[in-house]
Amino acid sequence: MSQAFEGSAEASSPPVSSDSLNLEADVLVIGGGPAGTWAAWSAAAQGAKVVLADKGYCGTSGATAPSGVGVWYVPPDPELREEARASRETMGGHLADRRWMDRVLDKTYENVGKLADWGYPFPTDDEGQPARRSLQGPEYMRLMRKKVRAAGVRILDHSPALELLADADGVAGAAGVSRQTGQRWLVKAQAVVIATGGCAFLSKALGCNVLTGDGNLLAAEVGAELSGMEFSNAYGLAPAFASVTKSAFYRWATFYYEDGTVIEGAGSARGRSVIARTLLTQPVYAILDQAPEAIRASLRASQPNFFLPFDRVGIDPLTQRFPVTLRLEGTVRGTGGIRIANDECGTSVPGLYAAGDAATRELICGGFTGGGSHNAAWAISSGTWAGQGAAAHARKLGANARQRNPLGTGRATLRPAVSSNATSLQDADAIVRGVQAEVFPYDRNLFRTEAGLSDSLGRLDSLWQDVQARPAQFARTIIRSREAAAMVATARFMYRTAQFRPETRGMHKRQDFPALDPAQQRRLVTSGLDEIQVRAEGAEYESRERPTVTPPSRGAVNQGVEGAASAAE
Amino acid sequence: MIELVSDSRCIRCDLCVKACPTNVFDAVPDGPPVIARQEDCQTCFMCELYCPTDALFVAPEAERSVTVGEQALADSGLLGSYRAAIGWGEGRSPGARNDQSFRLLPLSAKKSATLKPTGA
Repeated sequence: MSQAFEGSAEASSPPVSSDSLNLEADVLVIGGGPAGTWAAWSAAAQGAKVVLADKGYCGTSGATAPSGVGVWYVPPDPELREEARASRETMGGHLADRRWMDRVLDKTYENVGKLADWGYPFPTDDEGQPARRSLQGPEYMRLMRKKVRAAGVRILDHSPALELLADADGVAGAAGVSRQTGQRWLVKAQAVVIATGGCAFLSKALGCNVLTGDGNLLAAEVGAELSGMEFSNAYGLAPAFASVTKSAFYRWATFYYEDGTVIEGAGSARGRSVIARTLLTQPVYAILDQAPEAIRASLRASQPNFFLPFDRVGIDPLTQRFPVTLRLEGTVRGTGGIRIANDECGTSVPGLYAAGDAATRELICGGFTGGGSHNAAWAISSGTWAGQGAAAHARKLGANARQRNPLGTGRATLRPAVSSNATSLQDADAIVRGVQAEVFPYDRNLFRTEAGLSDSLGRLDSLWQDVQARPAQFARTIIRSREAAAMVATARFMYRTAQFRPETRGMHKRQDFPALDPAQQRRLVTSGLDEIQVRAEGAEYESRERPTVTPPSRGAVNQGVEGAASAAE
Repeated sequence: MIELVSDSRCIRCDLCVKACPTNVFDAVPDGPPVIARQEDCQTCFMCELYCPTDALFVAPEAERSVTVGEQALADSGLLGSYRAAIGWGEGRSPGARNDQSFRLLPLSAKKSATLKPTGA
């Protein structure tokens, strides 16, 4: 361990101070992206006293703010709604729920109307009507911050939550640290909404480096369940040198080998697997040469950030080739997350609610989301319901609730079972690299096999032991250590659950089980930390043994997986 | 990654220190903020949007640091180019108003007619 490195890296981070900012609220929202801001606004609109704590800055944090998103905004026309519901059912492996789709379509339609009322500058379409199916992230999230503040919510920026607080009646707040001052914070609240986003494992996918699966760890530590964690291997297309994972425009791309010949079957939607396979051995290039002349100006006006990296290196992506890569977007564009147990987006633990990408999105899109639109609609809707539900829960607990004396529930890095030497920032970074080595490779995470999952889990289980140690008392080391723990936990949930689905469904592709198995048309629920358990929804946890199914013959595997993969994409 | 905090343009408002979602900058008394943790930059370009004087430059390279020259960036019009494209800043109108996604993503494969939203 190099002391010089340790000193310089950690000296740029304050030591944690002994004093603490102590607040009381009805509802605490953790995370300030779309879901968190809708939750905070909605709880405040119910009259609740609300605190929102964001790891970064509410307004720029998360996958939406630096991006632009389509929204699953469908007018209440029966034919259009039917088409909207049906469009993703097959891709999602028939794990969605039409009642939830209807709820989300209704709530999204209503709340996007609110955005218009609040002054979001929606464009006007060619018929002179407001066009509301797309939101530009910077504008949207700046507006949401403004609305949340106007609603009287107290925002704590740069204030990652490190652990939940709980007592016999359930979750009762959270504690964390300010990464800019080193001051601890503690918010006692009657209900908590987790809106921390998904987990992209610090892949530098656009806006995703604050999304380290923190909510999965917080929730699992209080015994909440997760769902759909096998649907956690989304990858976004980006220029190889850049962060801008805007896959949508690659529908107009042709993909090429180094020598300029076209890669047959490669595509942004059906055929991303072909790109991944090619990238395993050689670079892949793209040109957006299929974009019709008529829409070229619209591309730039719609997604200025797509063109930003190209403009800055002097490439015209419509006419000049550039190298591409696939960056892991994990559960951000996967569908797995904290299990939703009721219509208010409550979890299986009293007082704990989940919203946005931190929660499972299987209810509206099963095992696949093709892009931001469903996730954006889910964030708006689930955030609104979670905020209302949390406010109602606080009201129900009433005035006596102020007497609660909850304790911290954090385990990994905070209250390790075995004490060992203090972890440095360098140790935490090494653990992060260890997790990335298991979840980034396409031939481990995108193309899964029992052998690969089991091999990775062996190392991830060992990392889970390594990450238990208590970190040095610098804010950055404490935060990074908890992020590392959250990523190890998330990777273990993903791969353990993937072992329990020996078939190919949604985005979960098993090379050794390339076909969809009608008998496995059910969601998988995951819980636990040291010992991870998986059950079929509606059934009990039975044994830790995985189902045994004989894989088909080798020839069938290779043929089948591509077919299944393209069907899923 | 973030490569430039221009001393000459910076007005010491420290908005970038506040707005950076990954806490890359540190405020400095009586001076422009410093890039204290460049390796934490996620190349999201948000700091440029919040800088009122276009004093920041994020190079598109996400994985490695590159050398930039302030004068060359200013001459090429790249300083502040993203803020201009988003339409933020004095005398500009929001770029979101000109979002043409509706031309790129049809509402319905079967029904191409645009339906009129109610309300608003």
